[in-house]
This record gives sequence, C-alpha cells and structure tokens, in this order.
Amino acid sequence: MKTIIISLKVFLFFTILTGIIYPLFVTGVAQVVFPAKANGSLIEFDDRSIGSKFIGQQFDSTIFFTSRPSAISYNPLPSGGSNYGLTNAKLKNLVTERKIRFIAFNRLDSLTDVPSEMLFASASGLDPHISQKSALLQVDRVAKAHKFNTIQKQELIQSVKKLTEPPQFSFLGEERVNVLIMNLELYKMDQNFTNHK
Amino acid sequence: MKIQDIVQIVMFLCILIAMTPVLGSYMYKVFNGNRHFMLPVFGWLEKLTYKSTGVNPEEETNWKSYTFSLLTFNLIGFVFVFLIQLFQAQLPLNPVNLPNVSWHSAFNTSVSFMTNTNWQGYAGETTLSCFVQMIGLTVQNFVSAATGIAVLLALIRGLSRKTTEKLGNFWTDLTRSTLYILLPLSILFAIILVSQGVVQNFKSSETVQTLQGAKQVIPMGPAASQIAIKQLGTNGGGYFNANSAHPLENPTPLSNLLEMLAILLIPAALTFTYGKMVGSNRQGRTIFLAMLLLFITGLSVSLFAEYSTNPIFGNLPLMEGKETRLGITNSILWSVSTSSASNGSVNAMHDSLSPIAGMIAMINIMLGEIIFGGVGAGLYGMVIFIIITVFIAGLMVGRTPEYLGKKIEAFEVQMAIIAVLAPNVVIQIFSALASISNAGLSSLNNAGPHGFSEILYAYSSAAGNNGSAFAGLNANTLFYNLTLGFGMLIGRFGVIIPVLAIAGNMAKKKITPLSAGTFRTDNWLFIGLLIAVILIIGGLTHFPALALGPVIDHLLINRGITF
Repeated sequence: MKTIIISLKVFLFFTILTGIIYPLFVTGVAQVVFPAKANGSLIEFDDRSIGSKFIGQQFDSTIFFTSRPSAISYNPLPSGGSNYGLTNAKLKNLVTERKIRFIAFNRLDSLTDVPSEMLFASASGLDPHISQKSALLQVDRVAKAHKFNTIQKQELIQSVKKLTEPPQFSFLGEERVNVLIMNLELYKMDQNFTNHK
Repeated sequence: MKIQDIVQIVMFLCILIAMTPVLGSYMYKVFNGNRHFMLPVFGWLEKLTYKSTGVNPEEETNWKSYTFSLLTFNLIGFVFVFLIQLFQAQLPLNPVNLPNVSWHSAFNTSVSFMTNTNWQGYAGETTLSCFVQMIGLTVQNFVSAATGIAVLLALIRGLSRKTTEKLGNFWTDLTRSTLYILLPLSILFAIILVSQGVVQNFKSSETVQTLQGAKQVIPMGPAASQIAIKQLGTNGGGYFNANSAHPLENPTPLSNLLEMLAILLIPAALTFTYGKMVGSNRQGRTIFLAMLLLFITGLSVSLFAEYSTNPIFGNLPLMEGKETRLGITNSILWSVSTSSASNGSVNAMHDSLSPIAGMIAMINIMLGEIIFGGVGAGLYGMVIFIIITVFIAGLMVGRTPEYLGKKIEAFEVQMAIIAVLAPNVVIQIFSALASISNAGLSSLNNAGPHGFSEILYAYSSAAGNNGSAFAGLNANTLFYNLTLGFGMLIGRFGVIIPVLAIAGNMAKKKITPLSAGTFRTDNWLFIGLLIAVILIIGGLTHFPALALGPVIDHLLINRGITF
C-alpha cells in the first residue's frame, strides 16, 4: 500500500514537472528567442500569411514551379507518404504516369531524365523542396506562361541558382530549391503577375 | 554515393564515439552519487522530489520490492494515459474539439508509451489533443526511459555487489535519471531544434491561403519539447504523423544530424558508464565495440541495397517516401539507427525502402534491440546475451561459466533464455496469427510478400519496443491494437522481470578474484563469440520468416515482378 501511495505521488510530481513545466519552459524560451521559428516560420505576403517556409504547397498552374508528388495532396491533416513497397504495381504505374505528365507539362524532349524526386512521393507529403535540376527543367514553361523575354528568362535561371540552398555547412543533407520561395520570386520579377491568375 | 555521403556517415560515427566517454563519465558521477555540475542546478529539485513524495532515498530494497515499485509506477502511468484519451473531449487544451479515442486505440497507445515503444496506431495531428500529448505522452517519454535506466542500474549493482540482497532504490534511480540526464539534455536539445525551425507553441493550427489560393491548415503545438525527449529517450513517437520526416519536426539537415545522434547518444554512453560501474572500462568498451561492429555491418548492407539498381525503376534513385533535403544516405543512416536503438522514429517511410534495407531494419529489431538499443534496455538486453555467450563458452571448454567474477548458474541461464524467448515468441506467433486471419490481412497496404513484411515488421516492432512501422499497415483496428498492445507488454516486462531476477540472484553471490583460469570477457575473442551468439539466435529464430517476406521481395524485384 505504501508503494502504491508513493507511486501515485511520484507520478503526479513527474507529470507536473515533465508534462507541464518542461513544455511551458521550452515554449517560453522559444517564443522569446526564436519567435518566428517557434510559430511555424510563416511567410507574410500581401499582408497575410501565405504558408510556412517548411510546408510544401500544391502548384498545378503553368505560371508556377510545381512541387513533388504528394500522397496527401499537400493537405497536412494528417501528414504521410504513400507507403507503397517497391514491388507494388501502383507505384510502378504512378512513376510512369508522372514522368509522362512532367515531360508533357513542361514540353520537354521525351527522352529527358526526369529527376527522381519529381516521380516519387515524399515521406511527409509536405516536402517543400525539389532539386535544382527539377527547377531548371521547368524554367522554359514558366517563362513562357509569364511571357518573359530572353533577358527575363536568363534572370529567372539566375534566380533559381541564387535560391538554391547548398548542403548545410556545405556537407550536410542535399542541395535543394524551396518551391514556395521560388514562386514568390516570380511575383517580384513579373509586375503583371496577378493578371495571369 | 558521393564523397559527401561518406563524410556525413564518418562524421556521425566520430561524434558518437567522442561523446560516449563524455556523457558516460557524467552519468557515472550521477548514478554513483558523486559531485557533478548539474547538482547545484537541479539538486534542490531532487530533494524536493523526495520531500514531497515521501521517498526515503537512503532506503535500499531487494529485487522483488524493486520490481514491485517499478510495475506499480508503470501501471499508474498506463491507467492515467488510458483514461485521459477516453475523455479527451471533456478535458482542456483541445482547441479543435477532437473526439474521445476508442478504447482499443487508447489501450494500445497507453501501453505503447508506457513500454517505451511509442508505436502509433493513430495520427498525432488528427487524433490526440495538446493535453494528451503533453500531460500524457511527454511524461511517459521521460519516465519510460528512466525506467529502462533504473533496470540497468539494478542489474549493474547485482553484478558488482557481493553477498547482499539490496539492489538500490527504484525511486532515486528514476528521479536521478530524469532530473540530471533526460531533463537537462531535453531542454537544451528542444531549444536547438526550435532554432532550426521546429514549432513550439500552444496554438492548434494556422490556417493559411496558399499562393495558388487553396486553404491549408498547418498543425502547430509544443512539438520541439516532445521531439527532444522522444529522440533522447529512444521513445520515437512523433508529434505529427510523418514523424521526423515532417518538415516542422525535422526541418534542416542539421536538425536531422542532431536528432540521429540523440537516438544513439545515451545508449552508447551507458556502455562507458557500465564499464566504470563494474570497475573495468575494458568491459564497457568490449560491449561498445560489439554494438558498433553490428551497427556498421547493418549500415553497409542497407546503404548498398538502397543504392543498387533494379529492373523496375532502373537507375532512378529510390526517393519514394524520402525527403529532398535529407536524401538517401541520411534516410538509411536514420533507419539503421532507429531500428538498432529501439527508438522507432523515422525520417523516411520504411515501407518504401528497398526490401533488403527494410530487412536490415527488421533484423536490428529482431536481434533483441541490443545494438545500442533502448535507453537502459539495450544494455541490459546485451548483458543477457553476454550471460548466454559465457554459458555456451563455458560448456565448450568444460568450465563453470563466470562473468565479472560471478558464477553463472542454472537460474541465470533460465532467466536469460526467458528474456530472449519472450519477444521472439510474440513476433513468430502473432505474425502467423495475423497472416492467416481476415482481421490481420484486411489491413495490408501492399500485396505479395511485401504485405507479409508489413505484418512481420509490426510485431517485431511491438515485441522489440521499437515503434517504427511499415506504416502502410492500417494498425488502428481492434485486432492490431490488442495483439500489438499485448506484444509490447510481453516484449517489455518479459525481459525486465527476468533481468531483475538475475540481478537479485547475482547480488547474493560472492565475487571470485580474477585468475589465469578465468575466461576473459573483455577481448576480441569474446567480441567475436558474442556477435556470433547474437546472430545465431536471431538468425535461427527469424530466418524462415524473413525468407517469406523481404528475401522473396528482393528476388522478385530483381526479376521486375510487381503485384
């Protein structure tokens, strides 16, 4: 009986300490030191938040760079991947379809090597990034949709390169382009952007 | 693979090896009651704990009372987490009005977090309120890890003390592990995670209008504080469904590196603590090296498999279920770490790994979660294998087996065999049951041998208290919630109770001094024997089942066959 009472008291003590005080303390520090990051790294545009830097969005229109395939269509409730095994026929068919669609959508040569992240769905379904190569393959199509001239198109290529994040500290993780930030850049480059919508 | 991939792996291993003695000697000071630098910071909190709960820190108990305290404490945790899920709609901090959880899902989740498994049959962001995640799950993340350390400490005392019944005090072991190790590391780590972009707030979600004009609801919450302890405590239960693949749970390659290190940090360092506590650093180093060798072997095979080409996808890098910022190498390094260490968090979907990489994760779990293993649990599991190895070696040379000067006799061997068999029985019997019942088969996401792999992985994960999954399997059903729940219970306490019994029995024995006739347990020969015993037991038990799942899957993929 004594053990049971002590158990209850210790449990209560640690519930208060690790279940209430600990998360409150971390939240307090986080909100003071890194307020933007602790609140989801939201991006403000036209006086409203248009998304989080870290959460990918669905882009289907020709005027935007497109994101990776997502098993949840970029609806974060809840996040997740396809969980298809490699011997799943559905996966094989999806990869073939996505390749055909990417080539047709971007009017590429049918023999183009499409980078694999554009053919496979991500783990979270919210991957905000694509590779630089995938972004560059979309430049012609995007430039055309915005009626860019040759100089503007060159500028677009330059901004893809400028916005490419190298591996962190130059060796951790992979080189990548954030699709949402790339698409925001288009607003800066094209004054008549809203007319295309 | 690029040079950069090798650099990342080598650096990961170097940091792990370098941190082992640093944290290991700190933990030695904590458990041995020496002065250490956290004492001025949290010493008052330790005193407050004892004062407010009525624990007498000086009082030591025998193995039966120690076990009774541990079981009572765990039972209370289970009941509490079970109840708050059943009534979460009536409880505070539930801003989006999530409904009450079904009884079988609540049973599964509370067993899961109490046993340090963190198997998640539910999706975090759409099932559990902030209240349940914080007050229920985060607390269990701490105390289940501390429970693992407590069992290990009792075992070490059993090995290093002589002719006594006393194994220590469960409450002080629990308190010191939490206050001086888990809590400070978690606070530091959580704040570093926020600096990388992990969310930490008390909002339920942010609704945004995307650039294209759609509505997107981005879930929020106190994620960083839970992620820090789920990694450090080898718990693994994510705040969000996609776990550490979710960009708000693991936003950058640096957060990824640190989260991976956090998985192995404490289990690796405990080998050093162990060496110091049993009075021989070499004994600790032997265990560390055996673990490291098994780890590197698994990692190499897994990387080789994932970078191989196959007729279905040609030479396309296998990015299904992986994140662009992390890439293949970091996904594999994580999958090997999380499966070795009984952590169970993921940064890539294991269901979509190549069959052999998926199999390596499964084997790491099936071997008993002893390659670093869970906090505390990995090392006491390894000592079980050491007892069996010493016993077999003793039989071979016809000498009474001894470990650390203690005779290994029938009782210890019997208990060790129970501890090894308990999880394996769960894996084999429950997997077979699920494979022949409609209730088991209707949850599959993939057909063919890969479907069987989903089942086999689920029960391995439960029995090994790992918690990762081939997540295509819909495990939130009555059948899976109950069978996996019982699997976790057997896998946890079917090992803990025999280990404590061994500790109790060993403490009573005398210590024979080292002599020329002593069979050494701290050299390369012993490392080789130990690894052989681990692989033979794991291999013989599970090879037939693995042959039906990932092995056939691999052979089929090489012939381009899909289902």
